[in-house]
Amino acid sequence: MVKTLCLGPLTDEALRGGIPGTNGARVGKTMSEHALWPVLRQAGGKDPLALGSAAQSLRTADWKARTDGAKVVKSICPYCAVGCGQNVYVKDDTIVQIEGDPDSPISRGRLCPKGSASLSLIESLLREYRVKYRRPYGTHWEELPLERAMEMIADRVLKTRRETWEAKDDEGNTLNRCYGIAHLGGATLDNEENYLMKKLYTALGVVQVENQARL
Amino acid sequence: MGTSFGRGGATTFQQDLQNSDCIVIMGSNMAENHPVGFQWVMEARERGATVIHVDPRFTRTSAAATKHVPIRAGSDIAFLGGIIHYILKNDRAFKEYVVNYTNGPVLLRDDFKDSEELDGFFSGWHADKNGYTHETWQYKDMDTHGEPPDTDKTLQDPRCVYQVLKRHYARYTPETVARICGTEPQHVIDVAEALCANSGRERTSAFCYSVAWTQHTTGVQTIRGAAIIQLLLGNIGRPGGGILALRGHASIQGSTDIPTLFNILPGYIPMPHAHAHDDLKDFIESEGAKTGSWGNMDKYIVSLLKAWFGERATEQNDFCFDLLPRINGDHSSYRSIMGMLDGTVKGFFCIGENPAVGSANSGLHRRALANLEWLVVRDFSEIESASFWYDAPEIESGELHTESIPTEVFWMPAAAHAEKDGSFTNTQRLLQWHHQAVEPKGEAHSDLWFYYHLGKRIKEKIAAQEEPFSDPIAFLTWNYPEKGETADPDAQAVLREINGWDANGRALSDYNGLKADGSTACGCWIYCGCFKDEVNQTARRKPGSEQSWVAPEWAWAWPANRRIIYNRASADPQGKPWSERKKYVWWDEEKAEWTGHDVPDFNKTKRPDYTPEAGAKAEDAIAGWQPFVMQEDGLGWLFVPNGIVDGPLPVFYEPHESPVKNALYSQQANPCRQQFPRTFNESNPSPSDAHGDVFPFVLHTYRLTEHHTAGGMSRTVPHLSELQPEFFCEVSPELAQLRGLTHGDWATIFTSRAVIEARVMVTDRVKPMRVDGKTLHSVGLPYHWGSRGLVTGDSANDLLNITLDPNAHIQETKGLTCDIISGRRPRGKDVPDFMNAVRTRSHLEGQE
Repeated sequence: MVKTLCLGPLTDEALRGGIPGTNGARVGKTMSEHALWPVLRQAGGKDPLALGSAAQSLRTADWKARTDGAKVVKSICPYCAVGCGQNVYVKDDTIVQIEGDPDSPISRGRLCPKGSASLSLIESLLREYRVKYRRPYGTHWEELPLERAMEMIADRVLKTRRETWEAKDDEGNTLNRCYGIAHLGGATLDNEENYLMKKLYTALGVVQVENQARL
Repeated sequence: MGTSFGRGGATTFQQDLQNSDCIVIMGSNMAENHPVGFQWVMEARERGATVIHVDPRFTRTSAAATKHVPIRAGSDIAFLGGIIHYILKNDRAFKEYVVNYTNGPVLLRDDFKDSEELDGFFSGWHADKNGYTHETWQYKDMDTHGEPPDTDKTLQDPRCVYQVLKRHYARYTPETVARICGTEPQHVIDVAEALCANSGRERTSAFCYSVAWTQHTTGVQTIRGAAIIQLLLGNIGRPGGGILALRGHASIQGSTDIPTLFNILPGYIPMPHAHAHDDLKDFIESEGAKTGSWGNMDKYIVSLLKAWFGERATEQNDFCFDLLPRINGDHSSYRSIMGMLDGTVKGFFCIGENPAVGSANSGLHRRALANLEWLVVRDFSEIESASFWYDAPEIESGELHTESIPTEVFWMPAAAHAEKDGSFTNTQRLLQWHHQAVEPKGEAHSDLWFYYHLGKRIKEKIAAQEEPFSDPIAFLTWNYPEKGETADPDAQAVLREINGWDANGRALSDYNGLKADGSTACGCWIYCGCFKDEVNQTARRKPGSEQSWVAPEWAWAWPANRRIIYNRASADPQGKPWSERKKYVWWDEEKAEWTGHDVPDFNKTKRPDYTPEAGAKAEDAIAGWQPFVMQEDGLGWLFVPNGIVDGPLPVFYEPHESPVKNALYSQQANPCRQQFPRTFNESNPSPSDAHGDVFPFVLHTYRLTEHHTAGGMSRTVPHLSELQPEFFCEVSPELAQLRGLTHGDWATIFTSRAVIEARVMVTDRVKPMRVDGKTLHSVGLPYHWGSRGLVTGDSANDLLNITLDPNAHIQETKGLTCDIISGRRPRGKDVPDFMNAVRTRSHLEGQE
């Protein structure tokens, strides 16, 4: 969309070629300045080489960073264990950008290709948001409400626990464990998540609890 | 590292690499896989430091190093042995450090026999059990447990560790090592000399390693090799020194500290063992130590039991110790896979992990998944571990049939890092909090939500029905504040439980506050202090630019916010800095306390000349000059008498599958390695076997910057998929000529496990090596691809064999054997036919 060029009043400020306000945000008299013919701004303003404000069009001046006015939430990159700091920009309950956090003493604002792509990870078109269920010997996925899935999983855990419970070994030593359930977790989980897992599994008697660290 | 120094974590932090005078990166492609951390290596290089990369391939790390040394995959122990040989032969060790801070002067038992005397075995070998007993590895006259051992501070006694080490490494000469590694003797000398020249009072050197050290049947012993070098040169606990383990996942250190691992409880407390631990007293006596920090085992375990069982844990009932399940062997993930195949494991939770692509011998994993009763997969998208029942390669080849697979599958959407609160522990033991930015969409939830609500449901059901042994579930404390419509548990409340509280319910400020009488609760003793003063210390974000390079007010590191551990060793035995240049933590005589740039990893007021009284317990038994406070004797262990199953010193063995014979011993591979011989997990024959020439090339797998492990977090991301769209194999021009491979065209790679195809990348970054007079070619494979996602390809891990390091139960992925031919692989029913022909050629049909 191209805006109609309209010549505004030739003020001192317009001749200086400066853009009032900061960060490209359009405020105040911008319209009138950019309405001025670029060559006039170049000739009469602060930017005689036309490398900056004199060359800027009305449309460009109108652009704002997508992070403009966004709330910054402090985060950490989810990929490798360098632990780069991330600034997550949120507007209207939506993440609009993820950038390196310059405050981090480890990463000093940098991110690698993976860290830089973490917004695409969150927004990936392949991400799914509903539970899917495949019944034994089934040939297709079925829908299953989350509540129902949670109930079914709790039942499966208790059933397998009952069926595979080992109270003692052959020599009469205490085992008190359930050998029919195993767990393999990634190592991009939070400490708090790992803690609840280990706590719950241990109480259930599940000992085959493992994660990526071993692999 | 745990056995050498006391704690299984990086000894230093990434930013401190800038203070190194020499950095050796080995077993890691740091520039590619930890690019942002690599800036600290570059800072050191800019300052003039020597940066050495030892690696089979010339990679981005080699390009940025001052020297690249190519060695054969799997020969690391020999190379490190060559460095140790050089240090000892030329008397270049940092003697004052070795004599005071390591067990170098300690005398060993007369009946200890070294692997040099027994052709690759130590004394204590039992062929019938395929393992060692460790009595002969003990210190001399240690029947009076807890007393200081006999030593020879002149290091001359032939039974002292230093002399044993000298004899052990006598044959690891530059020439021998170069012959094994396929490199030049001068390279061995250059690297050793660079390390020696950059160590001592005034200078320090660091090692960085990654999974190309751990993923071997000798992984733990490789790291031990580096530990020996760093102790001999006096580089542990000092700025610019240390060993930095570079972990590949955001919280891989955290998932070991608060373990989702079978053999430990939070804070490296062992899981109770069926035979050894009848009650709490037994457990503390056998797993704790009389001296050193593990002398406080009673405080750690009782506080953990109080955190888990609350009011129900009392002194009268052994704090519910009996409610913990017992282990009696290896229950690691590969063992569980065998259990699935055998039908003993019926239910499986797969949480943010993709074994159908990411685990060694992924084909065997898919077959295991297809033999379950039920499976729960939680991830962002439908990964291969959830879809195997209709699109696994075994379905295409007709070996598995959807209608015959009994597995009931629950696929559940998970929340991403920016959609939940929580902490990651990074590669330098640093806990960093990430704040929730937005709510996850639809039915996506954090794993915290899932486990909390699953636990709540199970507790309700247990209360309503008869279950075997229901007390541990009924007694389990499970009260976390819920937030919002979805009743998300408060992650900070969980972190506060991990930190622990005192008798009045106030957050503890460090693990010294823990008690064994049941008055304190603490979910993970090494994390105690992360919620000091009721403040989430892991969320601290004072900008790095406003702090020293140590940045102690950015987040929180275990233990007790220490950034370099064992930092007592940065001062001399009298407590003075070794040099002005390498000043870090020292004794302030006026204030009568340890002080410096970091939190001292030592009792703050213990004088450097403190000598323990006879019979002193726990940390009181550690003298004022002994920096390794976790060890029973306070010393860094050049020689490991306890805690390693395959020997007190590293020995060079060939990988489980190797194209050459072991040049040093008639014992070919690690005799203690853990093997799983069975159909679909056959081993390629090695040269000492018949038909050892069927798989003539070395195979190793690796990662790329643009992808993340099995691809679950990168093959779904458009930018990353576009940057690295296709699976390829890296081969040298010589191998390409030998096998008629064309750059950009297809190649078929196979082992006795699987056959896959990849695009050919012909590059002189990979060079053929001369090993023991023989030309050796290698095939390098990035392992990120699978059948799903925006970019697809065969999975390199299908080719691998499951054979493990006996200590860590980690598989060998960095040095196997394979063959490669030009063209595309067989399809459909031709796959099993092709594989049968391969197995026949290598005479594997009869293999058990």
